[in-house]
Amino acid sequence: MTDEKAGTDEGANRMTGAEMVVRALVDNGVQHVFGYPGGAVLPIYDELFQQEEVEHILVRHEQGAGHAAEGYARSTGKAGVMLVTSGPGATNAVTALQDALMDSIPLVCISGQVPTTLIGSDAFQECDTVGITRPCTKHNWLVKNADDLPRIIHEAFRIATTGRPGPVVVDIPKDVQFAEGTYAPPSPVFEQKSYHPRTKGDGDQIRRAVELLANAERPVIYAGGGVINAGPRGSERLRELAALGGIPVTSTLMALGAYPASGENWLGMLGMHGTYEANMTMHGCDVMLCLGARFDDRITGRLDAFSPGSKKIHVDIDPSSINKTVRVDVPIIGDCASVLDDMVRLWRAGPGERGRTDVGPWWEKIDGWRARKSLAYKPNRDVIMPQYALERLHAATKDRDTYITTEVGQHQMWAAQFYGFEKPNRWMTSGGLGTMGYGLPAALGVQIAHRDSLVIDIAGDASVLMTMQEMSAAVQHEAPIKIFIMNNQYMGMVRQWQQLLHGNRLSHSYNESIPDFVKLAEAFGGVGIRAEKPDELDDAIAEMLAVDKPVLFDCRVANLANCFPMIPSGRAHNEMLLPDEASEQAIEQAIEADNRSLV
Amino acid sequence: MNAQQQPTGSAYFITRETESAERHTLSVLVDNEPGVLARVIGLFSGRGYNIDSLTVSETEHDAHLSRITIVTRGTPQVLYQIHSQLERIVPVHRVVDLTVVAKDLGHEKPLERELAMVKVRGAGDDRVEALRLADAFRAQVIDANKDHFIFEITGRVSKIEQFIAIMQPLGLVEVCRTGVAAMNRGPEAM
Ligand SMILES: Cc1ncc(C[n+]2csc(CCOP(=O)(O)OP(=O)(O)O)c2C)c(N)n1
Ligand SMILES: [Mg+2]
Repeated sequence: MTDEKAGTDEGANRMTGAEMVVRALVDNGVQHVFGYPGGAVLPIYDELFQQEEVEHILVRHEQGAGHAAEGYARSTGKAGVMLVTSGPGATNAVTALQDALMDSIPLVCISGQVPTTLIGSDAFQECDTVGITRPCTKHNWLVKNADDLPRIIHEAFRIATTGRPGPVVVDIPKDVQFAEGTYAPPSPVFEQKSYHPRTKGDGDQIRRAVELLANAERPVIYAGGGVINAGPRGSERLRELAALGGIPVTSTLMALGAYPASGENWLGMLGMHGTYEANMTMHGCDVMLCLGARFDDRITGRLDAFSPGSKKIHVDIDPSSINKTVRVDVPIIGDCASVLDDMVRLWRAGPGERGRTDVGPWWEKIDGWRARKSLAYKPNRDVIMPQYALERLHAATKDRDTYITTEVGQHQMWAAQFYGFEKPNRWMTSGGLGTMGYGLPAALGVQIAHRDSLVIDIAGDASVLMTMQEMSAAVQHEAPIKIFIMNNQYMGMVRQWQQLLHGNRLSHSYNESIPDFVKLAEAFGGVGIRAEKPDELDDAIAEMLAVDKPVLFDCRVANLANCFPMIPSGRAHNEMLLPDEASEQAIEQAIEADNRSLV
Repeated sequence: MNAQQQPTGSAYFITRETESAERHTLSVLVDNEPGVLARVIGLFSGRGYNIDSLTVSETEHDAHLSRITIVTRGTPQVLYQIHSQLERIVPVHRVVDLTVVAKDLGHEKPLERELAMVKVRGAGDDRVEALRLADAFRAQVIDANKDHFIFEITGRVSKIEQFIAIMQPLGLVEVCRTGVAAMNRGPEAM
């Protein structure tokens, strides 16, 4: 920058593409970026080196950067940002992008690309990043001019964080990073003419919804990730509405914490591994309020038998979620917090406390279902039952400022069932894509956002090995994440399905040659702890909590425990397999021949 | 539509009610930017929707807007999904189901036209017959030599299908079709 230019506005805003990237990140409120360098992003890395506003967290694999950014996003409500190089850097990011797409997580991925002059020539580390990531992003851009860069990055943040949030990719060729252009800060009015997410729900439909709910004899609220994405107000209003109407509340995996697990109206999670009372309530209700959930197949079970007698109200910010698999009677397109604001206001003005109908008999029924104790398990004095481990972990951490992430498998479902969440944004799990390897890097991302909080990844012995290398990142960045491995020596969820569907032939689901996690932790520069017996557990957990370093906790749990209750594939909500009925024979016959092709 | 009652590739039975598939024509107004057509086509292939015909061209140069006309097929529920999935694409400005609008306006269907070039090779009686039929169909001769014609024909899809079928035995060599362009009757824009 020359001196005479520096005085003028124009001069101050002249800069290279790489400088613009960093400036645009700062102007969009970014404090942390998760990334991994390479040839095609070196100019951006050079800029990062010369400033202090944005902290770069070096991961060990780009997938880890993506999941860390997702954990960061989900625990803060802000966009997570990742930075990767061209070719393999971008392809390694794909799993995290699809994960964020399916769970509606705002994720901004900036990738380097070969210079524009080489695009299409099969250059070294070239790949068609926008082509590859088109179906796994909400939107993506290839930037061909430095002058377009600021507008595109600002748009990228806006699109990632508004409407139904999701991942975006900005692919920047190396020559564009070097080229000079004119920077412009984000403007309050956006130029994008085609993108207008609706947030305010239709008044008439909202009135109808309140009317239906207030007159319902057997109402239920089915909350989804949209309530969390709507921000803290979404959860507050949900709690208010449930209290006003005496309405029972269940939620999807994604929405745990939107309604407190200790709350009076809480039924537990619903769906395939949901509680008996949640699923029976869904099955028997006369009015269902679905808030920001999408009637996913893990939730509905057999569709033609899904909640057959109910009027359904569906609030969603994404019109394409409405009437996708289940027909609804009152569709409301809008942001959950805004729609709930309106509903609560109308309710207070109209039906007032408790509504018009007596929901007492409905609650009596529900209490009957609760009494079935569908999460019960047989205690054991010699081996640690996985459910017991989670109960103890919960007891030891519930009064602390705790965030939980998970991997994917039985441990994930047990965590959802047994770890009670009181607040939103405290639970980070890969719901839609079910990505093994999500939890460890996600925990890193959460810990970077919440330096003084307790962050625990409830992990499985197989999943944790998929992104184990991020232990090294955690050690480097002094992120004392606690990896609580529920080590059953199996890919437990796969084994359970093999038992259900394939005559208990355990094809490749036994985890041979599991590393010694204690030694592994030490090799990374962390701390390893092992618990093998129920009576060692509490002390070992206390020890883990006392350590101010990353920990691998090898919790040896019962190897062959199954995750119940369960709605077998192809069955309805009222056909759950409960733990006390799950004899070997019942398990093997749970899924009818016709339904074996279902996943 | 038996196929839809089979277990789908995903998890549970997606038993769609026994609604029959309808053919609809959609107009999609998009920013004319790189990749936008790939987004639209990728949506159809990725979600298993049908495309019977697709045409695209920039229609408003100053605003850089292109109009994509898609003829698709599905149950009302699937058509509604296609509509809202298209609207999710960021550079999509508007999606109009012309078939629905036509019905609302009291018409049977929107105006639809297609252009085809049809090359026919032959001699003697076949050649005379081809020319006579082309005339009856109001097809223009846009290239000819002693042993071939290229006809240009515009009209409804059914007319073009019929013309091609008739030319088949008369020495049909190749066909190129534009796909359907469509809009609704009356003074209003889409
Ligand atoms: C990347 C990826 N590959 C494969 C799967 C399929 N899968 C789901 S659960 C599971 C086993 C997980 O084993 P573990 O982490 O030990 O958890 P457990 O079920 O034993 O608690 C597998 C292989 C997946 N979800 N993600
Ligand atoms: Mg395991």
